[in-house]
Amino acid sequence: MKILVCISHVPDTTSKINFTDNDTKFDINGVNFVINPNDEFGLTRAMWFKEKQGASVHVINVGGPQTEPTLRKALAIGADEAIRIDTPATDGYSVALQLAHVAKEGAYDLIIGGRESIDYNGGMVPGMVAKIIGANFINTCISLEVEDTKVTAIREIDGGKETLQTTLPLVIGGQKGLVEESDLRIPNMRGIMQARSKPLHVKPAMEQSPRSEATTYEKPAPRGAVKLVDTVDQLIDLLHNEAKVL
Amino acid sequence: MSVLVYTESENGSFKKTAFEVVSYAKAIATELGTTLTAVSINADNTSELGVYGADKVLEITNDSLANFDAQGYADAISQAAASQDASVVVLSQTANAKFMAPLVAVNLEAGYVSNVVALPQSTSPFKIKHSVYTNKAFSLTQINTPVKIIGLGKNAYGLHENAADALSEPFSPTLQQSNTKVISVDKATDKVTIADAEVVVSAGRGLKGPENWGMIEEMATILGAATACSKPVSDMGWRSHGEHVGQTGKPVAASLYIAIGISGAIQHLAGINSSKVKVVINTDPEAPFFKAADYGIIGDAFEIVPQLNEKLKAFKAQNA
Repeated sequence: MKILVCISHVPDTTSKINFTDNDTKFDINGVNFVINPNDEFGLTRAMWFKEKQGASVHVINVGGPQTEPTLRKALAIGADEAIRIDTPATDGYSVALQLAHVAKEGAYDLIIGGRESIDYNGGMVPGMVAKIIGANFINTCISLEVEDTKVTAIREIDGGKETLQTTLPLVIGGQKGLVEESDLRIPNMRGIMQARSKPLHVKPAMEQSPRSEATTYEKPAPRGAVKLVDTVDQLIDLLHNEAKVL
Repeated sequence: MSVLVYTESENGSFKKTAFEVVSYAKAIATELGTTLTAVSINADNTSELGVYGADKVLEITNDSLANFDAQGYADAISQAAASQDASVVVLSQTANAKFMAPLVAVNLEAGYVSNVVALPQSTSPFKIKHSVYTNKAFSLTQINTPVKIIGLGKNAYGLHENAADALSEPFSPTLQQSNTKVISVDKATDKVTIADAEVVVSAGRGLKGPENWGMIEEMATILGAATACSKPVSDMGWRSHGEHVGQTGKPVAASLYIAIGISGAIQHLAGINSSKVKVVINTDPEAPFFKAADYGIIGDAFEIVPQLNEKLKAFKAQNA
């Protein structure tokens, strides 16, 4: 089985979000970039397929050279090869088109993406890749088993879960549950050393024009101070008469 | 040119989000000087959509769509949109809508913007505001394609009545055999889901152990609320992953979010940012949650929650 794991290079979850250039660009000052958490759950599941079922695992990112440390981390975790499509990640469709091209060309059986990236939260890339290459697609995937070309997956639905059967080729939008938090791997020294000599292919991007583009950003208005109350009666009164939510 | 809205139903009844997306889509149709067509799949009482402004309803009745199937639903909605020459397609952001939206976007060669929080700022060029960085910021995004798909965040617009005819018309999409089969669905039918809930009662490590959740469940029952939890609680297995709220868990866009014994890590606060009113109950006055909440009580959950439950019960009895 050939697996392609799509890796988004995102600010870590503790980052303070700020913008520069008249609120048109994300301020990377002091921001630590990581593998998108939803992608990392998928990558870790891919490692299981590699170790137990002999799968090969490639990782891919659409972005500039600054994303390479994130790809190297994925190699240190255990991916065999990395691919970087050398173009800035713009809208979801453009990214999906680049990924779909590689996915098709490389004849991957399983393409693992995340439910959403934690920067743009678009939640659209895996589904678009699936549709473009004509593969099956399961979103918010929390369990994945593959036997030959048969797939059994569980997806999270609003208020529960649903067990599905489908076949390869398949694209998933993964999240926590594919593996547990405690299964995530911190690269060890050996992995980091090996990652340095693993192939990281830089490929030119296909030409395309964005379907949408961010023009400006803003931050939520600062909120007023919390109203502290001493009794539950006061709280109920405020929720009823002031906030009008009870 | 027209505006099309997909109205989600469950067991034949429309979800509340369906009325919200109709209200919102009607406002866009009015802005564009055109009509609003709703599309429903295996739903009863489509005339209800007229209350919120649907001029026409394309009713799809099809056994092969009895279970949600992203491919089948996406194809059906895409064909409905094409039949109406729709320039704007509005969807909600339920799990199913998020699942199929990218497929609809590829079908219609449309630009898709998710987590939208307001009406378009302008329609030519088409610019719309949506939340990014897990509610820590907003982006004003321009869509360049002739067809635009909007995923409207829950509770971002609310319900607005706007009477229209909701003329019903059957619609029969051409569907392919699906490659994906639903084997089983595991869903508690007697519980309010976080996605649907107006009120969410959430608890964290301050509760000390899973055995202490009885009072949280009780509050949820009194308020008709969903229960939720912090990340450490789900990581320790005290509660299921489905209840984990935050950046890597679920977002909560409720009217009222009550956080009990949750300190308020930045990832948790991001996840609940689009909730309207936040209440925190915590022993530690330094807990970061107090900086993000509207109302707070500094105190021990084990004393306050049982008191609050009693008073809420009395309040509900009086105001029923």
